[in-house]
Amino acid sequence: MASKKLNNIYIKDAFSLAGPVEKKGCIKDYDIVLDDYYFGEKTFEQSEIKMQKTVIDNLLSKEKLIHSDVELLVGGDLSNQISVSSYAASHFNIPFYGIYSACASFVQALIAGSEYLDNKKKGNVVCVTSSHNLNAEKQFRFPIEYGAPKPTTTTFTATGAVACLLTKEETNIKIEGYTIGKVIDMGIKDASHMGAVMAPAAANVIVTHLAEFNRQMNDYDLILTGDLGCIGGQILVEYLKRAYGLKMKQHQDAGCELYLKSQEETYAGASGPVALPLYLFNKVLKQKKKSRILIVGTGSLHNPFFVNQKLSIPAVAHAVSLEVNG
Amino acid sequence: MRKEEYQKLVKEFTPKENKWKNAVIAFLVGGLVGFFGQVIVAILENSFALEKMEAYSWLCVILIFLASLSTALGFFDNWVSKCKAGLFLPTTGFAHSVTSAALDYRKDGFITGLGSSFFKLAGSVLLYGILSGFILGILGVIIYG
Repeated sequence: MASKKLNNIYIKDAFSLAGPVEKKGCIKDYDIVLDDYYFGEKTFEQSEIKMQKTVIDNLLSKEKLIHSDVELLVGGDLSNQISVSSYAASHFNIPFYGIYSACASFVQALIAGSEYLDNKKKGNVVCVTSSHNLNAEKQFRFPIEYGAPKPTTTTFTATGAVACLLTKEETNIKIEGYTIGKVIDMGIKDASHMGAVMAPAAANVIVTHLAEFNRQMNDYDLILTGDLGCIGGQILVEYLKRAYGLKMKQHQDAGCELYLKSQEETYAGASGPVALPLYLFNKVLKQKKKSRILIVGTGSLHNPFFVNQKLSIPAVAHAVSLEVNG
Repeated sequence: MRKEEYQKLVKEFTPKENKWKNAVIAFLVGGLVGFFGQVIVAILENSFALEKMEAYSWLCVILIFLASLSTALGFFDNWVSKCKAGLFLPTTGFAHSVTSAALDYRKDGFITGLGSSFFKLAGSVLLYGILSGFILGILGVIIYG
C-alpha cells in the first residue's frame, strides 16, 4: 500500500520553457520558447542548467516570491547523477531535494513536494524538471550528429523545462492523492521501444491506484500518461484490457500529443520527464474544465551499460490524482 | 500476464520495418556513391594525369572530406538515417562516425573528451578490421605460401 490521500495541497502556478522542435508542435503558447539548443551557453549541458534556472527564476518572480519564501526545491532530470538539477539548484538559496526515476521524475517530484507540505499549515514548494534532446542523445544513444537509422518505435526526448509551485493556499488545482508504483520488468530489452518497456508499469500503478482509492476508471475524466508515445499508448490500453479486463477510454499520452504527426523526426512521440508537465500545464489545465485527472509519470530505468549487457529493462510509474475546479 | 504473452502483445503493436524497401534504398544510394566515386576517379586520371592507384587514394580522401564536412554542417545525419545502409559504406560511414563523435566531445577537453572519445563508434571497425586483416594475412601465407 503506497497510496495516500492528501489534505489541502494545491498547484498554484507553473512556468514552462520549450525547445525548437516543441515550438513547432501542437502547443503554441509556452511561456518561453528556444530558437536553438544552446540557449546562449557553450554546451548543451550548460544550456539545460540555464533552462531549469530560467523557469525557476521566472516562476518566483511571477509569484513575487524571494528565495527564502520557498521552503523546498524538488528537482530531477535525465543527466548522469542528475547533475543538471543540482547545478541549477546551486543558484538558489533554497534547500534542494534531488530525485530520479527517469521520465517519471516530475510526478515523483510532485509526490515528494506534496508529502513535505502535507502536515504543514502553510508553505511553498517548487518542483522542477527538464530534459534536453541532445543531452539525452549523447548520454543514452549515439553522438548527436551521427545518423543511425532508428526504428519507428523510437521516442524523441523533448527539450524543455517546467517549474511548478505547490502551496497550501486554495487554488483551482488540487493534488488530492498519489500512488507510488512498483518497478516492473516484463522482459523487453529494446531501448528504442520504451513505450513497450513502460506500459506494464503504468498499467500496474493505474490498477493499484483505482483499487486503493476504491474508485472506477470512470471516476476520472482523463488518465494522462507521461511518455509512452503513440505505440506505447496503444499497448497500454490493450494490456489493461487483456491482463486486467479494464477498458480505458479517457486515456491520453502526453508524449503522443506533444508533436504534430507531420513532424517525422519525432517518430513515435515525445519522451523525457518534461513531456508530461509541458502537455499538462500548457494544454490540459489551460482548458479550465472541472475535472478529475490522473497523471501517470512513466520512467524507463535503464542505463547504456545494462542495455549493452543485454539485461531487460525495468520501468516504474507513479500516479498523482488532480482535482481541477474549472 | 506472463512475460512471453506480453512480448507477443508488444509484437502485435510494433510496426514492421520494410526490409525490402530499406534494402532497395541502400542498394540505389550505395550504387550512386560508387558511381560518383568512379566519375571522380575518371576525372583524376584524365585531367590530373594520376596513376590508377593514386587516383583511388585521392578518391578516399575526397569522400572522407565530404562526409566529414557535411557531418559538421549538420545535414549528413539526416541523409544517413534516410538512406539506411546506403551511406554506411566504409569510407563515408567511418568518417561520419568519427566526426560526429569529435563534435560531441570536443567541449569536454582535447584529451579527456575529443581524444578519448574520437573512436567511440569507429573503434570497433578499426579493431576488428585490423584483426580480420591479420588473420586473413596469416591464412594467405599458410595457403599460398
